[in-house]
Amino acid sequence: MVSWVPDKKLETLEQIKLRIESALPLTKLDILPNECPAGERSLVVDAGRGLAVAKFLRDDAQLKLDYCSNVTGIDWPEAKIKTKVKKKMLVEGVEKEVEEIVETLRSGHLEVVYHLYSMELKHGPIVLRMRTANRTDQTHLPSLTPVWRGAEFQEREIYDLYGVIFDGHPDLRRILMWDEFVGFPMRRDYVEPDDFEYEPTPHDEVLVEAKKHYPVEAKAEVKPEVKA
Amino acid sequence: MIEEGLKNELQKQGVYVTSLQELYNWGRANSVWPLTFGLACCAIEMMAASMSRFDLARFGAEVFRPSPRQADLMIVAGTVTKKMAPLVVRLYNQMPEPKYVIAMGACAISGGPFKQGYNVLKGIDRYLPVDVAIPGCPPRPEALIHAIMTLQEKIRNQKLTGPDRPRHLNAEIEGEYPVPAYGKHDLEPPKNPDVWQPPTMTRT
Amino acid sequence: MPPKSFEVKPKLDESGASIGELLEISMGPHHPSTHGVFRMDVVLDGEKVVKLKPVCGYLHRNHEKIGENISYLASMPYTDRLDYFCSMTNNWAYALTIEKLAGLAVPERAEYIRVIMAELTRLQNHTSLIGFFVHDMGALGTPLMYAFREREKILDLFEEVSGARMMCNYMRFGGVRVDVNDEWIARTKQLVANYGRFLDEFETFLNQNEILLARTQGVSPLTKEQAVNASLTGPLLRAAGVNYDVRKVDKYGIYSRFDFKVPLGEHGDLYDRYMMRVLEMRESIKILNQALRDIPAGPVMDPKAKLRGFRPKPGEVYGRIESPKGELGFYIISDGGPNPYRYRVRPPSFINITILEDMCLGHRVADVIVILGSVDIVLGEVDRCQPI
Repeated sequence: MVSWVPDKKLETLEQIKLRIESALPLTKLDILPNECPAGERSLVVDAGRGLAVAKFLRDDAQLKLDYCSNVTGIDWPEAKIKTKVKKKMLVEGVEKEVEEIVETLRSGHLEVVYHLYSMELKHGPIVLRMRTANRTDQTHLPSLTPVWRGAEFQEREIYDLYGVIFDGHPDLRRILMWDEFVGFPMRRDYVEPDDFEYEPTPHDEVLVEAKKHYPVEAKAEVKPEVKA
Repeated sequence: MIEEGLKNELQKQGVYVTSLQELYNWGRANSVWPLTFGLACCAIEMMAASMSRFDLARFGAEVFRPSPRQADLMIVAGTVTKKMAPLVVRLYNQMPEPKYVIAMGACAISGGPFKQGYNVLKGIDRYLPVDVAIPGCPPRPEALIHAIMTLQEKIRNQKLTGPDRPRHLNAEIEGEYPVPAYGKHDLEPPKNPDVWQPPTMTRT
Repeated sequence: MPPKSFEVKPKLDESGASIGELLEISMGPHHPSTHGVFRMDVVLDGEKVVKLKPVCGYLHRNHEKIGENISYLASMPYTDRLDYFCSMTNNWAYALTIEKLAGLAVPERAEYIRVIMAELTRLQNHTSLIGFFVHDMGALGTPLMYAFREREKILDLFEEVSGARMMCNYMRFGGVRVDVNDEWIARTKQLVANYGRFLDEFETFLNQNEILLARTQGVSPLTKEQAVNASLTGPLLRAAGVNYDVRKVDKYGIYSRFDFKVPLGEHGDLYDRYMMRVLEMRESIKILNQALRDIPAGPVMDPKAKLRGFRPKPGEVYGRIESPKGELGFYIISDGGPNPYRYRVRPPSFINITILEDMCLGHRVADVIVILGSVDIVLGEVDRCQPI
C-alpha cells in the first residue's frame, strides 16, 4: 500500500498551460519534467510575467489556487551537466538504440519555487517556478506577496539566505541572520567562518579539518602484536 | 576548626556546632534561583523538571525568575546561535553576584548536532565560565536535577577566604564579560580568550 | 547602525501639534512569555499596539544547510528537533516525503502505528499548549502542572517504544524502527480511555472561566479570507471557519479509514482557537480508539526499503502532513546522490506568524502575549531550527 494519494481532480498541466497562454498573451510557459514516481511537474514562468500568471492562477474559477503553501529558494551554480540521451543510429547497417552522454553547460541561476493549493476546491499542488538571470547582479524576481500574503516571510527568508531580490515586496529585510551579516549562507559556494573547535575523536572530514588546526606530529609506529 | 568526630558526638547530644562558612554556604546552596531562560528543546525538559513529576522544588531551585536581576543561576538550555550569543552574555552580565552557569545539553556545551552550522555557537563556554555541564540531547529532567545537586555541592565546598574564594567576595575580579558584536560572518571576537582557549592537542 | 524596521513618529493631532509620544519597546528575545527566543518590536500608543514586527532567527540552527550535506537517513534525527514538542509527526512528514520520492510502500501495521503516534503527539501538544496559553493569561503554574502531568504519561509511552522521551527518531522511510508489543497497546488503550476524563476536568475548569472568557472572546478575530491569504494552517485556520485539514484533503497514510470530524470555529478569535484544540483532542481520541482496535499483526518495515546507502532517482517532491501546529511539509530535490540537493522544511509555526501584526493591531499590549500563545509557535521550527 502506498501512503500517498495522487491528486486526480485537477486538469493536466498541459491544459493549464494552454489556458494561461491564451488568457495572457505574450506569456510563454515551460513544463519541467519530474522523474520521481509522484511526478509533480512544474510550470516555469518568465520572471517578467510572474505576477500576472500568479494572479490568473489565484482568480481562475477552475483553479482558485488561493493558498500558497510553500516557497523555496534553490541555488544552481554554473555546472556541467551530463545527460544520457538515447539516439537511433545506424550501427553496421542496423538501426540500433545507442546511449550517448551529452554534456551541456548549465548557466548559474537562482530559482524560486511556489507550491500552490486550493483551499476552496481542495486540490493541488501546482508548482510554479521562476528563475533569475544569473547569481551575481541580476537576481531580481517579482514578489508574489501582493497575491498571497503567506509568501511574505518565506520570500524574506529566501532574500536572506539566497540573495534573491523580490521587487514589490513590502518589507524586504533579513529575517533569520542579523542585519550586519554579509553574504548568503545557503548558497552552495558560501564559505563558513572558520571556528573549528577541538574534537577528541576526529574522523573523516573532521579529521581533515583537525589536521589544519593542529599540526600532526611524527606518526608513532604501531607494531602489530605478534602472537606467541 | 572543630573536628568532625567531636562535631558528630556533640550532635548526638543535641548540640549543633557549625562554622559561619558552612552556614552561609548551606543557605546559598539550598536557595538557587534560576533564570527563566529557554533557548531550544532543552528548555522543555527544564520546564518538565520544574513540573509535576520531577518537582525541582524539592531542591530549593524552583523559583524561576523572569528577570536576570533576581536570578543567580543561568541554565543555558539549548542551542546558542550566533545571533543569540551577545544577548546571553548581556543577560549574564545583568545577573548579580554570586552567579553560576549550567550548560544544559550538547548544544550549549559544544554546538551539539548543529555544530557544523554557520549560525551556531560552538559552546557557550567560549564567552562565559560554565560551572556544570550536562551532556545529552536533550538531557532528561533527572540529569538537570543531578546538575543542580552538583552545583549545590560546589557551593557548599567554596571557601569564603583565601585565594580560591568565590568571585563575589573578591573585589579584584570583575563579574562582567565583554559582549561580542555582530560581525560580517561571525561574532567579533569569535571567542573570549580570557574564558576559553582551545585545548592543545598532540596527535600521534 | 542596522536599518530600523520602522520609524516611530511623534503623535500629532489634526493641526500638526504634538499630543504625546508613541513608545517603542522590544519584547524578547528573553521574555517569560514568548515560548522561546522570539522578539517583537512593538510600538505602543498608551497600551494600544499600533505596530508590531516579529523578529526571528535567534534559534536559526541552519537545519536546511545541514540537511543538504548529510545522507537522507541522517536527517531523520534532525527533524525531531524542528518542532521539539512533536517529534513523531516531524518524523512522519519526512518519511512520507521520502516514500513519495522513491515510491516506497509502508506495511499495514506500520501505518497504524504511525497514526497512533501522530495522534498521541497531537494530544500532548494540544494539552501543553493549553497549559501555556492559560499561563500567558496569568494562571501561573497550575493548569500547566495538570497539562504536564498528562504529557509525561504520553512521553512514557514514547520512551518505551523509541528509547527517548522527546527526540524519538522513530520512523523510517518504509515503516517504523521497532514494533510495539501487546502490553504497550494495552497501556495505550488505558491511557486513551482515561484521557477523556482528564479533558472533562480541564474543560470544567477553563471553558466557562470568567477570566478566560474576558481575555479571549472577541480578541483578535480573523476572517476566512485573511486566514487563507496568509497561508495559515492548522487549528488557527480552522478557528476562522475554513474547512481544511490535510488529513482529510490528502488522506495520507490510512486516514481515510477512520471516522472523525474536523471541528470548525466561527469567529476566529482566541476563544475559538482554544476550543479548536480541545475539540481536536476529542477527535484524536476517537481516531486512537479506532486505530488501537483495528491494528493488524505483521511486519513494520518494508523489506525493499534501503536505509543505508539510499540513493533515490533524480527528481523532486513535496510531501506534507497535518502536524498539530498546521501543515508541515518537506520539499526534497534529489540529484541521484547520497544526500539531497535541496532540503526544505515548510514550517507551520513560521508561516503562521506572518500575520501576527494584523492579529495584534489595536489590541492591548497584554493581549499580544496571549495572541502569540494562541498561534502555538515552537521556535525550533520557526527558525528551522527556526522560530517558535
